[in-house]
Order: sequence, then structure tokens, then C-alpha cells
Amino acid sequence: MSAPLIEMRGITKTFGALKANEAVDLSVAPGEILGLLGENGAGKTTLMNVLFGAYAPDAGEILIQGRPVRITSSADALAAGIGMVHQHFHLAPRLTVLENLLIGIPGKSGRIDRTGGLARLAEISSQHGLTLDPDLPVSALSVGEQQRLEIVKALFRGARLLILDEPTAVLAPSEVEGLFSALRSMAAQGLGIIFISHKLNEVRALTHRCTVLRHGRVAGRVDDPANTTSAAMAQLMCGHEIVPPARGPSVPGAGVLTLDGISTSRHSGTALRDVSLAVRAGEILGIAGVSGNGQRALAEVISGVRAPDAGRMTIAGQTVSRFSPREVQALGLGRIPEDRMTTGLVTNLPLADSMVLPRIGTSAFSARGLLKPDAIRAFAEEQIKAYDIRCPGPMTRAGALSGGNLQKALLARELAFDPKVLIVSQPTRGLDIGAARFIHEKFLDMRAKGCGIIVIGEDMEELLVLCDRIAVMYEGRIAGTLDSADATVARLGLLMTGAEGHG
Amino acid sequence: MFRLEVRTSTPAWFNLALPLLAIAATLILCSGLIALAGAGVLESYGVMFTASLGDSYAITETLVRAAPMIFTGLAVAVAFRAKFWNIGAEGQLLAGAVASCFVGAIPMPGPLAMLLMALAGAAAGAAVALVPATLRVKFKVDDVVSSLLLNSVIYYALMALIEGPWKDSFSGYPISPPIEDSANFPVLIEGTRLHLGVVAALVAAPLIWFLIVRTTLGFRIRVTGENPEAARYGGIHVERVLISTALLSGALAGLAGVGEVGGVHFQVMSDISPGYGYSGIVVAMLARLNPLGVVPAAIFLAAVMTGAEAMSRATGVPAFLSDVIQGTALLAMLVALLFTAYRIRRVGAIG
Repeated sequence: MSAPLIEMRGITKTFGALKANEAVDLSVAPGEILGLLGENGAGKTTLMNVLFGAYAPDAGEILIQGRPVRITSSADALAAGIGMVHQHFHLAPRLTVLENLLIGIPGKSGRIDRTGGLARLAEISSQHGLTLDPDLPVSALSVGEQQRLEIVKALFRGARLLILDEPTAVLAPSEVEGLFSALRSMAAQGLGIIFISHKLNEVRALTHRCTVLRHGRVAGRVDDPANTTSAAMAQLMCGHEIVPPARGPSVPGAGVLTLDGISTSRHSGTALRDVSLAVRAGEILGIAGVSGNGQRALAEVISGVRAPDAGRMTIAGQTVSRFSPREVQALGLGRIPEDRMTTGLVTNLPLADSMVLPRIGTSAFSARGLLKPDAIRAFAEEQIKAYDIRCPGPMTRAGALSGGNLQKALLARELAFDPKVLIVSQPTRGLDIGAARFIHEKFLDMRAKGCGIIVIGEDMEELLVLCDRIAVMYEGRIAGTLDSADATVARLGLLMTGAEGHG
Repeated sequence: MFRLEVRTSTPAWFNLALPLLAIAATLILCSGLIALAGAGVLESYGVMFTASLGDSYAITETLVRAAPMIFTGLAVAVAFRAKFWNIGAEGQLLAGAVASCFVGAIPMPGPLAMLLMALAGAAAGAAVALVPATLRVKFKVDDVVSSLLLNSVIYYALMALIEGPWKDSFSGYPISPPIEDSANFPVLIEGTRLHLGVVAALVAAPLIWFLIVRTTLGFRIRVTGENPEAARYGGIHVERVLISTALLSGALAGLAGVGEVGGVHFQVMSDISPGYGYSGIVVAMLARLNPLGVVPAAIFLAAVMTGAEAMSRATGVPAFLSDVIQGTALLAMLVALLFTAYRIRRVGAIG
């Protein structure tokens, strides 16, 4: 391939004592899709933030088409032809697709150039198959469409290098292929693409070359990802071999969580319609489905945050009457939320506070309205040790921890009290292989101890590895339940689209 | 060129350094105004300092003025911890003053009167704070707007009382009848105005600190303020916590009014509070919402207020400067708070 479109040479960036990047070299040629791999905390995001102008590097230089440039803001990056699609989108929800595209683009004599914008959007859409309705407000778009808009926005501003930070984490399996074909089409036109992901099968399917980071340094490069095994790449990322956990045969006991004819109103998202299911002790039940088919309402009902309009739920044989988080906790339910930052932890307070939050009123952490600070601290310290949570100590601000460590902290806080049932949503989303492996092992340990686990997930490979049975949700109903021995991605996929009646 | 970068952690010494930095910036910025008024900057600040903290009498006067701001500062700090945006400490103070004056005017033994005055004042302040809190919890009404606007409602209700049915028949001015002499708070040092309410304020600060840091209610207040969703999922009744916080906050602001009636004015008039409720916001922000920090922050503002009057007499700089210093201090502190989340980096020539 020709001279590199962009080249980063010897980039070093430190935060206090932490070397987030150390002498990192990276280059992307025109027409090339580069995979950027690494565990959480390996320095991928820092490196991309340096490239996008959010951080100033301590050392090193950035060259665009052989010419050194200084990028000190996202405006500089955009001017240099670098576009970035972040994990969290930067869109104005009340504005339309076209208005979002035109933000910050000067029109003629203070007026918005609507016709020109429409023409440019149509051109980009038809070239890469990225269709969008220009007059729809962003709030009406699905997550996949919002991501498409972010990509179009970057191209609209003339990006020649596109950085995508874990773009598939928010997509349903069916949407991933559409994204990939658009990216391939862009590369075919000479654009450079940096694709950040944890999912090695996606990296192997899409990228031409990979750079692997570990502890802030380049751990290795892969020149032919399609013909390199996932295991070999995982080893580069972690520095050691990764063996997937083995799920032994299960000896399910009595039902620990049963839902009988649960229905909810359409309060937010899809309503539940007559959902019945049972999780037995020592069993892992998966809930598969394209996101938005009632999984959220199901999790809310089970967590006690929302009361159903009809139906009955029991935990460990006891009927849940009031549907409050406190009640279901008291009956023995543990919960690992989908969104760690919003419904799980308190990012601005010490980690210890988040770790005792659900049980602050119990005698373990307080008595007669007074906290037991020593007990709280000791508990947090103990769990930090037991779960190898990487942080300076229990008084660290929770928000300063990486995703994998936060997930471990949440796991620790729930498992410490031996729940009878555990409800888990997207347990390894955004986690690297090592952390995901650890989480899976813990679930299997709990299963062996007789805990019933319900895993709501979108990653079917994960569900197939982890679960004994998989129920598929479609439009608020259970479309079917399969024993994982009989389940395949194809059969689950059919159920997920509502094609098959019974499992 | 300089730029802001996100911080991963905030050093502990910032808690002390930031308010001091803000105060220093305030005094430097305001020195321009003093110079504009034609007075010597150092001389004016010198007068301000001696008049407010220069001798023991001045110190007692400053403490008397600091007491209501300690209470309103605590009220605001507690509320803001839960992200209940109580801008209504002024109205709650006035309600506390009216209620305690009402009770204090009833003849009864002194200690009992003082106790009942405190209870009545706290209850009245809490009742006023309950209004914006209920509106927010039940109807999602913005608490900044409702608590702020309620201040005017309470103020004009008070005016209507002391201009009308509650007007002191002996004085002819729009003031309420005085409380019983036996209900006057005892003076602690002969020849000064240092009264029991000042001690109560100084004791309240560590008590509130203890409540916030060491009790389950305090834990729930902190968690609810930082992340109500996580609190709800964690089994905390977020609405209940907001209502409890509002009651506590209102009661503290009400006590500020009690101290003014029982220890300083012995009756209610229209200017019983020169904006102590609003100053409470400045105090709480300077203290970074730490109840222990409220005491020095309130003393600082009180010193500025006391000192500004003396400076005005001595140098001719208008006493309004004290309001300017307060406002500037709040702005400076808000800017200083930026440094808890960001740090300044010099962008060198690289690449």
C-alpha cells in the first residue's frame, strides 16, 4: 500500500505515575482498516484521544501524509481529516439528522445551506449504503441509526481517517454486517479506518492489520488477522494464554425465581406480555433477544424497581408483594446491572460507598442509624483483595476505576452476601477477555454453589457458553426456550425475529 | 497556550487551598473598585480587618453576624449534598423568625420559652422548605425556581403581618411586638452581644458534619445527591430522602431566624435579615458543602460585612463593597471548583 495516511511516532502520555502510552508507533495507510486491540487500560482510548486532540502527548509526533502536524483540539483533528465515532454519541437529540450534520458548518451569509447539505448527505448515503432520513429528529433514531449518523457526520466534514471506538458494542448482531459493509466500502475509496474492539472474531473478519497494545506499549502487530487465530491474538493482548471456562453438567434443584403471567404497562420501552419463566437453583438461564424486546422491563420487574400490572413472582418460594428493591434483596436477589455507571455505582463517591450501598441499612454496616465506618472499610478492602480490583484503595473515587474493575466491584458486593438468585444484564459488555473470563468463572462458581442465575444478554456466543437454557424474548413475550445443548446461533436467531413459534 | 484536561483524582489539600485561592482572587479583584472609589487599597482592607477581627469586641460582633450565616450555610450545604436546590433559606429564616417571635411573646419561664422558640422556628422553616420539596417529588417542579420565588411570598406575608394585625401598637413602626424579656437569649460575655444562639450555631456545625458523614441518613443523602438511580436500585427511597433533607435544611435555616429574634433584635422587622439566606449559598459553596468548612466561611463573610461598614466610615468607600465581595467570592469559588475536575496543562510545541 502507499505512504501512510497517518502516522503516530513514539507517542508517550503519562498521568501522574501512570504511563498510559509509552513510545507507541501506529500507522494507517489509505484504504486500510487497522484493528486496535488491547485489554481495558491498555491505553487504546488515551492513544486515540491524543490523535483526536483531547490530550497533548508528553512526547512523540503525529504525521499526516508524511507532514508533521500539531493537534491540540478536536477542531484541529477535524481540519486534519480525522473523524471519531465515540462509544457515547455526541448528537443533539432534539435536532434533525440534517441539522446535526450542519452544526458548526458555516453557511452562506449566516444562513444554513440546506440544499447543499441534502445533496452531500445523499451522495455519502448512496456511496456507502448509509441511508438516513434527513428530517427525522435524532431522538427518533435507533442506536444503530445514531451511529450511522455519527459516521456520516465525520464523512460530511471530510474525514479521511475514521476512528471507531467499540462500534459494535451497541449493535444487534444483524446490524453489525451493515456497519462492516459500509466500512469496507469506505476503505475501498481510499479512507483509512481505525477499528477498536474486544471482539476478536469481528476484528478477524474486518481488519487488514492489527496493532495490539498492552500496558501502554505496542505488544505486537498482526499482519494477517483473517488467518490468525483468536487465541493467538488474545495471548498478545493479555500476555498469557486464555482458556475458556468449562461448564460442567448442572444438577438443577428447586425453582428459586419464578415469574407467572407477568405483564406490565407500556411505561418506558416494550411492555411485558404474560411472561412466565423459572430459574432453578444451580442453573444459568439466558435471556436472548434483540435489544428493546422487553429485556429492560423484565430486569426492572425482577429487580423490584417496577411493579407488574398482572402476574406473580416468587423468590426462593416467597411471593414478592410490594416490588421494591429492598424487598427483593431481602428475599435473596442479587443484581448486576447493565449500566454500571448509572444504576450501579456512585462515581463521585468513594468505591467503598458503592460497595455497601444496597446493604447500608443492615447490621453489617450500620446500627441504630449510625454507620460503622471501620466495617465498611474492612469489607471494601477485603473484597478489593479477593477480587483483585485494581485501585489505590477503598476511598478511591469509584469513577476513577476501569470498566472491568467496576464490574468486579459490583460482582463482589452482590456475591459477598450469597444471593439465592442473581440477575445479570450484559455482564461482560465492554470488558476485555481477561476480565470477562473472570466474571464467567464467578458465575459458574455460584452455579455450582446452588445459586440460580438469570443472564440477560445480546452476545449469543457468550450465552451459549454460559447458560444451561436460553429463553428468547420477542416483543415482550417469551418466544421460546431452548436447552443450550440444542441451541445454535441460527435457531436462536430465528426465535429472535419472531419467526418460530415454539422452542 | 494553555488548555484544560480532565483530572483523574483531586488532591485532599484542594479542600483548603481552593477557598483560600478564591478569597485571594476576590480581594485582588475588588481592590480595583476600592482604588476607583479613591481610597488606598491596603488601608481600606486594613480598616476592614481591624474593625472585624482586630480586637476581642470586634471578634464578638463578627461572630454574632456569622451565627445566622452558619445556620443558613449548613442549611444550604445539607440540601445541596442531596442535590435538593434550596435557594429558599432566606424565606425559611424569615418564617423561623416569625414563629419564634410569636412563641417568645407568650409569657412563660425563660428556658422553656427559648426551647419552644427554637422548636417553633425550626418547624416553621421546615414547613416552608417542604413546599418546594413536595412540588419536586410529586410534580417534578424545578426546586430552584419554587424555593427562590417562595422567598418573596414569605417576605411579603411577613410585611403584611407587621404592617397589619401584628404591628406593635406601642411603636408606630412596622415592627412586631417584642418577645418577653425572660425569653431574650443570655449574653455570654458582659458588654458584648455574644449570645447563646452563637454557641448553638458553632455546635450545630460538627453535629451536621456527623450526621452527613457518620449516619445512614447522611449516607443516603450523599448517595441520592450523587446518583439517584443507583440509590433507587440500591433500595433507598429517594423521595423520602429528598423530603427528609428538605425538612432538615429548612429547620436549620429557621434556626438562623430564631437566633436573630432571641439574641439580636428581640422582635421581627422587615430588615431582620440583610440577605443571610442568600449569603448561606456563598458560605456553603466556599465550604465546598462541608459542614465543618461552613464555620470559617461564615466568619469570613461576617468579617467582610462588619468590616465594610467601618471601612465606609473611615475611607468613604461605599459599604456596598461587602455585597460585591460576597458576589465575587461566590463566582471565584465556582471558578476554583473547576480545578477539582480539571487541571491546566501547558501545551508545548511538539510534533
